[in-house]
Amino acid sequence: MLILECPYCGVKAEETELSPGGEAHLKRFGPGSTGEEFEAYMFARKNPKGVHFERWRHAYGCGKWFLAARCTATLEVFGTYSAQTTEPPAEIVEKIKAKRPDWKGTK
Amino acid sequence: MKRYSVFAIAREALRYHQGWEKAWASPAPKSSYDAIIIGAGGHGLATAYYLGKNYGITNVAILEKGWLGGGNTGRNTTIIRSNYLQDPSAAIYNKALSLYEDLSQDLNYNVMFSPRGLLMLAQTHHEVRGYLRTVHANNLQGVKTEWIGPEKVKELVPIINIDGPRYPVLGALYQARGGTARHDAVAWGYARACSAMGMDIIQQCEVTGVRSENGQVTGVETTKGFIGTKKLGIVVAGHSGQVADMAGFRLPVESLALQALVSEPIKPCMDVVVMANTVHGYMSQSDKGEMVIGGGTDGFNNFTQRGSFHHIEETLRALVETFPMISRLKMLRQWGGIVDMTGDRSPIISKTPLGNCFINCGWGTGGFKAIPGSGWAMAELMAKGEPGPLAAEFNMWRFREGQFIDESVAAGVAH
Repeated sequence: MLILECPYCGVKAEETELSPGGEAHLKRFGPGSTGEEFEAYMFARKNPKGVHFERWRHAYGCGKWFLAARCTATLEVFGTYSAQTTEPPAEIVEKIKAKRPDWKGTK
Repeated sequence: MKRYSVFAIAREALRYHQGWEKAWASPAPKSSYDAIIIGAGGHGLATAYYLGKNYGITNVAILEKGWLGGGNTGRNTTIIRSNYLQDPSAAIYNKALSLYEDLSQDLNYNVMFSPRGLLMLAQTHHEVRGYLRTVHANNLQGVKTEWIGPEKVKELVPIINIDGPRYPVLGALYQARGGTARHDAVAWGYARACSAMGMDIIQQCEVTGVRSENGQVTGVETTKGFIGTKKLGIVVAGHSGQVADMAGFRLPVESLALQALVSEPIKPCMDVVVMANTVHGYMSQSDKGEMVIGGGTDGFNNFTQRGSFHHIEETLRALVETFPMISRLKMLRQWGGIVDMTGDRSPIISKTPLGNCFINCGWGTGGFKAIPGSGWAMAELMAKGEPGPLAAEFNMWRFREGQFIDESVAAGVAH
């Protein structure tokens, strides 16, 4: 059972209380962008086996979107953080590096 | 290879069954091959088989990091059907169904294909309209399906509850040619036939890198050393993104867990396959008597081959409502597989940025039914270097062009 702590309301929410929202920190493209940019934004995904950053919504709680750092190979959770960020905060990156010394970073 | 036949059984019966050969050889890898296929699941083995059978290319190695057919080929719910809405899907799945029909004879291996008929229940008015549209599309595609009313559903499936309070059965899309097959036997049958043609099936051999020069693959690094090749086929389902990364390109694919489970064996009670997409569960009865049950994927990326229990609960809740008599059945086993999902829920059979490297992936939750057709189309692509009519529209660049084969909208769910 996946348990994520909502960074807004502080509730340790289990999976049935949450809605998954796919890869986090995607670069968005709008009108006037090229086909390659739209493809990258809408379809190309990192899909890593290992450290991954995801969007989640505390659907049956406070209703807010937040971000989580998680390992897709072990289901270990490194931490959750606010959605108002463009990259993972330093303390999350430190936690990941402590547990995954060979992690190559967010690329 | 000695052929299996009634005479072989009689001969072996007279000598304590001491004369059966191993079904396939397990050789050490050679230094190079004309073609290497990564992944000895159903799709990879079928690709190798049709490379040999249709194009005479038999200097082939099939590399498998685990054991043969131990991934999604051995983990699915064995459903076979071709009642798809979009033309390219109907074409390749119907090719697969046609090949399944005489696969046992073709491979000289009993894959236990059972065309018992398949129902997709319509439980909302939206679904009724959707399936009527699919029936019309199927008739134009030459795929025989029909729309049947609730009484006919009850006649075909006596254990079904057609007037449930939430989702009464309003009818069904019926494909009489659909059914099931023995999933392991499909992998084993193809493996035996490939081995008989002189191909090398190398298990416990994980690919760790793809070596290329001037945009052409020269070989693969493996846990058993470097193996050279003139052509490379990547057919690895859940780990497609990882192998593509080794080859230096990215795929529009995400890997999720899909679970299935079986009940204790009971007496025969249902001789068709029933799928209920609104409540999202599907069920058939195996030859051993177990009820074979599947549902939807988990919602998040996962490579662990195990899923979340609440999805099992949701699937069973839906099926108990549809089949009240299963409410007291004990469930025996539950497992998960890692499925590779594309943005439009249709597969990729495609050339890649590397000239002699080809990829077959993205079958998502519905790959087993496609194995022979997928192998047929992938073999044509690898042999000729260009896709044939079955594969052309499944190229990996369709997402850039917006030319989706949108089965996710057609089915309402992943399929």
